[in-house]
Amino acid sequence: MTTPSSNSAEPAVLLEARDVVKHFPIRTSQGKQVVQAVSGVSLQVRTGETLGLVGESGCGKSTLGRCLVRLLEPTSGSVFFDGVDITTKSRRELRDLRTGFQMVFQDPYASLNPRRRALATVEEPMLTHSMGSAAEIRERALALLQDVGFDASFADRYPHEFSGGQRQRLGIARALAVGPKLLVADEPVSALDVSIQAQVLNLLDDLQKEHDLTYVFIAHDLAVVHHIADRIGVMYLGELVEVGESTDVYTRPRHPYTQALISAIPVMNDEEETRERIVLTGDLPSPIDKPTGCAFNPRCSYAKDICRTETPVLQRLDDGREVACHFPLTAV
Amino acid sequence: MWRFAGKRALAAVLVLFAISVLVFLIFFATPGSDPAARIAGRNASQETLDQVRASFGFDRPIWIQYGLMMRHLFIDRDLTSFVNRGAQVIPQVTQAIPVTLSLVFGAALIWVLLALVMGVWATAARGTAIDPIILILGVIGVSLPVFWLGEVVNLITQSRLHDSIFAWVPPLGYVPLSDGVGPWALHLLFPWLTLAVLYAGIYARVLRSEMVQSMNEDYVRMARAKGIGETRVLLRHSLRTSLISVVTLFGLDFGALIGGAALLTEVVFGLQGVGKLTYDSLTNFDLPVILACVLYASFFVVFANFLVDLLYAWLDPRVRSV
Amino acid sequence: MSESTTTTPLLEVRDLRVSFKSRAGTVNAVDGVSFSVGAGETLGIVGESGSGKSVSMLAVLGLIDNPNCVIEGEALFKGRDLLTMGDDELRAIRGADIAMIFQDPMTALTPVYTAGWHISEQIRAHEKVSKKAALDRAVQLLTAVGIPNAAERVNSYPHEFSGGMRQRVVIAMALSCQPSLLIADEPTTALDVTIQAQILELLKSLQGEFGSSIILITHDMGVVSQMSDRVNVMYGGRLAEAGPRRDVLRNPLHPYTWGLMASIPPTDGSRVARLSAIPGAPISPGDPDRDHCLFSPRCTFASDACRPQPALVEHSQAHFDACVLPFEQRPELRRQMTAVEEVAP
Repeated sequence: MTTPSSNSAEPAVLLEARDVVKHFPIRTSQGKQVVQAVSGVSLQVRTGETLGLVGESGCGKSTLGRCLVRLLEPTSGSVFFDGVDITTKSRRELRDLRTGFQMVFQDPYASLNPRRRALATVEEPMLTHSMGSAAEIRERALALLQDVGFDASFADRYPHEFSGGQRQRLGIARALAVGPKLLVADEPVSALDVSIQAQVLNLLDDLQKEHDLTYVFIAHDLAVVHHIADRIGVMYLGELVEVGESTDVYTRPRHPYTQALISAIPVMNDEEETRERIVLTGDLPSPIDKPTGCAFNPRCSYAKDICRTETPVLQRLDDGREVACHFPLTAV
Repeated sequence: MWRFAGKRALAAVLVLFAISVLVFLIFFATPGSDPAARIAGRNASQETLDQVRASFGFDRPIWIQYGLMMRHLFIDRDLTSFVNRGAQVIPQVTQAIPVTLSLVFGAALIWVLLALVMGVWATAARGTAIDPIILILGVIGVSLPVFWLGEVVNLITQSRLHDSIFAWVPPLGYVPLSDGVGPWALHLLFPWLTLAVLYAGIYARVLRSEMVQSMNEDYVRMARAKGIGETRVLLRHSLRTSLISVVTLFGLDFGALIGGAALLTEVVFGLQGVGKLTYDSLTNFDLPVILACVLYASFFVVFANFLVDLLYAWLDPRVRSV
Repeated sequence: MSESTTTTPLLEVRDLRVSFKSRAGTVNAVDGVSFSVGAGETLGIVGESGSGKSVSMLAVLGLIDNPNCVIEGEALFKGRDLLTMGDDELRAIRGADIAMIFQDPMTALTPVYTAGWHISEQIRAHEKVSKKAALDRAVQLLTAVGIPNAAERVNSYPHEFSGGMRQRVVIAMALSCQPSLLIADEPTTALDVTIQAQILELLKSLQGEFGSSIILITHDMGVVSQMSDRVNVMYGGRLAEAGPRRDVLRNPLHPYTWGLMASIPPTDGSRVARLSAIPGAPISPGDPDRDHCLFSPRCTFASDACRPQPALVEHSQAHFDACVLPFEQRPELRRQMTAVEEVAP
């Protein structure tokens, strides 16, 4: 992880989302309704950094992740990769651009073709993009397998012969096959045991340095995101509610939801529980039926009248933090 | 639940209409088939053909023909056969319907009960020797061709052992319910059993496999953790949820049987049901009868599926909100 | 193991062994585990996949439906051995005196019956009450666990509840007969973190109200830290460490516990450059060579002394561990093993 330094020349923006919206029309017993999965998200990811996206069920982080790599078509808005608007490209043009950005998925059991051996899994993306002769591709695939910690004996194995953590590493090797600059990782460690999780996080860290990668790291575990990300974006019901430098957001949250989220994390503490915990009441509302005004207002202990009528916009505060709140918490 | 039923009913009506149009077109609008020629017979003169055409309305536009046919079928109910000139079609079908219905309902009841018993028993005894024995019995049942089994049953009950053990078995044929439940049931007993043997085996296997799978589910483990007896877990938790997939299968089979798939059984046991009627009309190429039989069959298939849909929604509350 | 209290423990497990025989060999899921839980106490059992934490509790309650499973040892609940009890006796205790709830609320309830039906089924399995009386109690229980509109929701089907609400229904059901012991197997793992916080608060308050003991099985050290009085750390079907929560968290003794704690990113706002991950993978449960410390293949300080299997030794007040490293050197060794660079914020 790079420690952000405020004086060096800012690296270029590699990925930019402008007002991305994703709605899913569905049919329920109440007739036609719309799942407002992502409601106008704008963010920037600079070359070499890791942006963490955090939130709970229904916040839209996974949907946003897929829109960023155009695995899902945004309903509106645009996504720029390296200055190019990928949302307007045709499928043919997009195919060539795709070698620049790849995705790592959550479920190590579902995201690998069970009928394909490990080496073939890593070779396939290179074959699709005709990145060299068969021999060159094979060499590169073997090298990638080694990069993620497998020796040559693993090349001929099928996914079911791997453990969860190993499968995830295979998925990462596959994502790196085409030499992307950006990796969007959608909950890559959530399904893993804690000790394996640590291994994979370390691996991602090493690979970032080795291959000069930029990450968008999506997870629900704020402690994990805080560890690996340079900047954190907190999402709630399809909106970005807070964006800022990782430790800053974690220790001095300025949005009430972020504060509650951090407070909810069970902390490993040998003392008696002295911390005042904010326990939110009620369920996570559904993205079909979003509250008017600020999406968080029904559960917010600081809500005022304006919060129920006017939706707050993501604004930059004087310390560089971005918050979507009418009454951001004061910096302690 | 009512909205669900309403939607399904509307869908059923639309399907029936579509079927009636499609069947009609197949029989009366396919190029190369000239119904007039069929009716008039070979080597009929042109005048005869024209006469037939006029009297049956074949010279009118196709959709008028359709309308006429439907009117004859459902409203006037005076559709006459092309082969047996003047013979009424509708009464033939309406007389055949109760025969088939009696046969299929009775058989269905027996095979469902048999399948439930066999399936539940096999699940409770899984891992022991009883489990495969039950399944093998089921497989044997499925493998016996129904016409062969029927003939063997007849051989034993009607001739070989008719004078001794099976003296009480009445001769082949159907007795309407109005003549008394006893005679009616007695005449249908062996047809019921023969037809049921075929299906009981399949359903027992399907049910058993669903139930065994459900025994590994979280909710069964939770039920046991509540301290409930194993029998109750088996019946109230495992069986109840396994029935859902069996019901879908049942809908298909039941509908098909009522529509005439019980033909072989009807033939072997001398029952003048819809299957037999359809078969006879096909050999004669008696178009109105065929049309009536097919429409009747599809009506019952659609209706049976409609009932099954309702049953499904009653069994599985998750479906109702769709 | 010496008694930490003078009163008889509520549940005392002695040398529990659970193995599954197959043609490929024997899998030792639980390999000689002993511990006890006192009245009103919360025991946290921590471990990863394959540690045997869930299987041990399922075995104690007789919930393992596998004919190839062999269970040995004793599990004394209020003095009576659950493992040798007849089916009927055990069933009378299950759900009434010992209740168990599981991880995934989405699949825990038979989908075709309402919440009220489920709760009253449990009540009527153990007490002679009418359907109406049981249903009334169900409504009261749903209110007690914080479900709004309980009188209406009692007739809702499981799929009509959200994950957190469904877990509350399961908790209401589990507590319906006022058990002395509640076993919760990863009750919040499948839930969002803010919902998790709600559920843990609920369990704590209900424990205060009903006075039940809780065995909380989890992989999350933070959850254990929040809820338990005592902690058991399991690895490979055996106890690696056991002791009062404060002692285990402040001065963990076993290298596996060190590794587990170091694998978790810090939650206090500090950052480390790299997580001190435990190398390798957990031992394959089918491996017959078990006469050594099962963690030694992955341990930085492994030596020949790790064979044969180390015994569980008590060091300080009720703090046990199964490691042969000299006791006084532990803090220093821990520092060596988990040394990481902290990153300035």
